[in-house]
Amino acid sequence: MDGSDLGLWGVPLAMLAGAIRVSTPFIFVSLGECLTERSGRINLGLEGTLMMGAMTAYGTALLSGSPWLGVLVAAGVGLMLGALHAALCQLPKVNDIATGIGLMLFGTGLAFFLGKPYIQPKAPNLGALDLGAWSSIPQVQQALQVNPLFLIGIVLAFALAWALKNTRWGLIVRLAGESVDAALAIGASVGRVRLLATAVGGAFAGIGGAFLSLYYPGSWNEGLSSGQGLMAVALVIFARWDPIRCLWASLLFGAAGAISPALQSVGVTQGYYLFSAAPYVLTLALMIATCSPARSLRGAPAELGAVK
Amino acid sequence: MIDRFNIGRRALLGGAASAAALGLAGGAQAQKPLVVGFIYVGPRDDYGYNQAHAEAAAVLKKMAGVKVVEEEKVPETVAVEKSMESMINMDGATLLFPTSFGYFDPHMLRMAAKYPKVQFRHCGGLWNKAKNPMNTGSYFGYIDEAQYLAGIVAGMTTKSGKLGFVAAKPIPQVLRNINAFTLGARSVNPKATTQVIFTGDWSLPVKEAEATNSMIAQGVDVVTCHVDSPKVVIETAERAGIYTSGYHTNQAKLAPKGYLTGAEWQWEKIYVDFVETMKKGGVPGNFVRGGLKEGYVKTSPFGPAVSDAAKAKVEEARKGIVGGSFAIFKGPLKDNKGNTVIAAGTTYTQTEPVLEGMNYLVEGVLGATS
Repeated sequence: MDGSDLGLWGVPLAMLAGAIRVSTPFIFVSLGECLTERSGRINLGLEGTLMMGAMTAYGTALLSGSPWLGVLVAAGVGLMLGALHAALCQLPKVNDIATGIGLMLFGTGLAFFLGKPYIQPKAPNLGALDLGAWSSIPQVQQALQVNPLFLIGIVLAFALAWALKNTRWGLIVRLAGESVDAALAIGASVGRVRLLATAVGGAFAGIGGAFLSLYYPGSWNEGLSSGQGLMAVALVIFARWDPIRCLWASLLFGAAGAISPALQSVGVTQGYYLFSAAPYVLTLALMIATCSPARSLRGAPAELGAVK
Repeated sequence: MIDRFNIGRRALLGGAASAAALGLAGGAQAQKPLVVGFIYVGPRDDYGYNQAHAEAAAVLKKMAGVKVVEEEKVPETVAVEKSMESMINMDGATLLFPTSFGYFDPHMLRMAAKYPKVQFRHCGGLWNKAKNPMNTGSYFGYIDEAQYLAGIVAGMTTKSGKLGFVAAKPIPQVLRNINAFTLGARSVNPKATTQVIFTGDWSLPVKEAEATNSMIAQGVDVVTCHVDSPKVVIETAERAGIYTSGYHTNQAKLAPKGYLTGAEWQWEKIYVDFVETMKKGGVPGNFVRGGLKEGYVKTSPFGPAVSDAAKAKVEEARKGIVGGSFAIFKGPLKDNKGNTVIAAGTTYTQTEPVLEGMNYLVEGVLGATS
């Protein structure tokens, strides 16, 4: 088997492949959360939105035969769940963290309930672009099978970063997040800005869910997310509310998740439980490294978590 | 005061219930149906462990005079005790099958002590006559026999000589399957190796897909698994164009091209037996084990890629296992670190308790148990 024995070189390659395959839901959910938090609101319910997105996308693809329609429906469902969260939070004396946790449980439970009939059937897959056709090494070809949603996610990260920085619309979102008074002074409706930002953030998370059920691992079941939505929310904090850093952090998480199977497959078998914990160890390590008393929470929107 | 009121209310309810029961008994001419309760840890249509049980429960539903009640997604906590109590008190179940491993001790044992007239049979638990009450028991199938046959097919079909096994946790049942699969493959293809990847838990779809993909990248061309639902592994492998061998139930529908065969449970055999015994007024066995011979396990029908030579080898081995002339685990057998685990001249039949405590991977398996 010449050509397929890369030995230990297989590990970084597998991590790259893992980053490309696994990171997409992280990218979408963290971008959605990033947008929401930049407008001054926290949405912890994105785990539920992710599950609802995954379930509705799978169901739609199954019934209509079109996976892309599934992605669209998932985005729509995410939009509505986001809007629901925003609307609830606008009521007086409502805490957005408690609402978010409530919506997380609601979304997950509803997805399990409505998703029952979709566990067994097989829905069409989104498919991938073969970007590795130039290489003769099968591992490289396999690693470079890229789903269009991954590329859309990358473009979205840069677009969001640019828009937040350079457009009037981005300025208003940032104002709503940094200072309600300033936003009011230029005549922006903080409530409406946050409603839109939260709803669009929800739509991103819904698309992330569609990726899970329609591409990788590519089937609907109740253990599908295993906390990825929650991890993506945490990711935003150490990405310091910057969409581009959200992208890198997501890729890093995807790669870390691939370490354990990749090492086992090349024969490094001792301590795989430890390697399986890599993404979580990484989170902790990065949190410790990036937090210091001198410059804590730099980049955090000032209105975030303000108790009203 | 409050206490007395409570007792009064309970007595009243009890009285009402027994009156209703009397009324029913008086009104109904036909024999009361036997109510059988099934409890699953996950969804019952997961192409996996729970579906295998649910399919057998569906067979019972068709029997005359039997009523089946089911509850799925019951965690291995005190929740299962509540499920059992409600099946006993509300539905009148007299035979219960809590199917998940963690239901046995202490939950099922506690309920068995509380309801001595109800029969409890647990899937996979190690029932002990000295310690456990007589209205409890356990049943299980020697699925490693089916895995051995699936291993023969895999060994005959592989081109690279590399087989893959996605496993959840290194517990004896899983290790026994990995070892039997590998021994089967190496009985026809001595150079074959099995790469094993442990994901760490029973249902982690993203990890399972990742494990399958990283084995494919290493040149593995037949993959099988021991996780709760093989769906993700089988679908991922089929998409990559390699061969698959199923587990728990038949997954041929998920991989029409690459599905070779698979190791399946056939629980209905046990369940129908138990129910018929109960209907005759008897008590089901307390410690029931069986394999291919008893029909508790079977292999999936061969897929299109299986050669005639492989089929012949499988039938030959099947005859040996069913006839009792062949044992899978016999010495000399080495583990993958070079230690002798079964000495030359020793042969373990399937009922051997030593096998239920297996803690090694045999020669030819690439991987470690810790």
